[in-house]
Amino acid sequence: MLFFSYFKELVGKQVTVELKNDLAITGKLHSVDQYLNIKLENTRVVDEEKYPHMMSVRNCFIRGSVVRYVQLPPDGVDIEILHDATRREARGG
Amino acid sequence: MDMIASCNPTDLARLGQVRPRHESTKGAYDQHLNMILGDVEEIVTTVEIDDETYEEIVRTTRRTVPFLFVRGDGVILVSPPLRTA
Repeated sequence: MLFFSYFKELVGKQVTVELKNDLAITGKLHSVDQYLNIKLENTRVVDEEKYPHMMSVRNCFIRGSVVRYVQLPPDGVDIEILHDATRREARGG
Repeated sequence: MDMIASCNPTDLARLGQVRPRHESTKGAYDQHLNMILGDVEEIVTTVEIDDETYEEIVRTTRRTVPFLFVRGDGVILVSPPLRTA
């Protein structure tokens, strides 16, 4: 729940999603759901030479389970709020 | 806090470590071990076997990321900072 709420706050920001197959996609975060599935707009694959078949893809839906990392914009992270939310979540179960 | 993650837990040929460069870095996590880490260094170690000589070739690549969300299903172990003094 914590990260679902967090990613909802991040909608509209620029993120880089790295998948478990090593594909990395940068784009504007359009939406996110409870499974942390992610929709990106205006996407660009980081290593286009390696994945030429992805060059024409501009919007995509990414299944949450294939995500390895999401690189976050530094201005989109308030670590104090997140830290408090973690404590609350750990207490409340 | 040190963190070791891999895309495939049985595939030790690719081992990634993500660790905040300062141990005081605060983080956030949930019950799945999803987490957000700040000022991160990722260290990826790959081991390849040379086809002819059967020698192990170990390669390490490092990069830094300011803020990183790590999905919990790839996490293998989390190591808290050592208690000093």
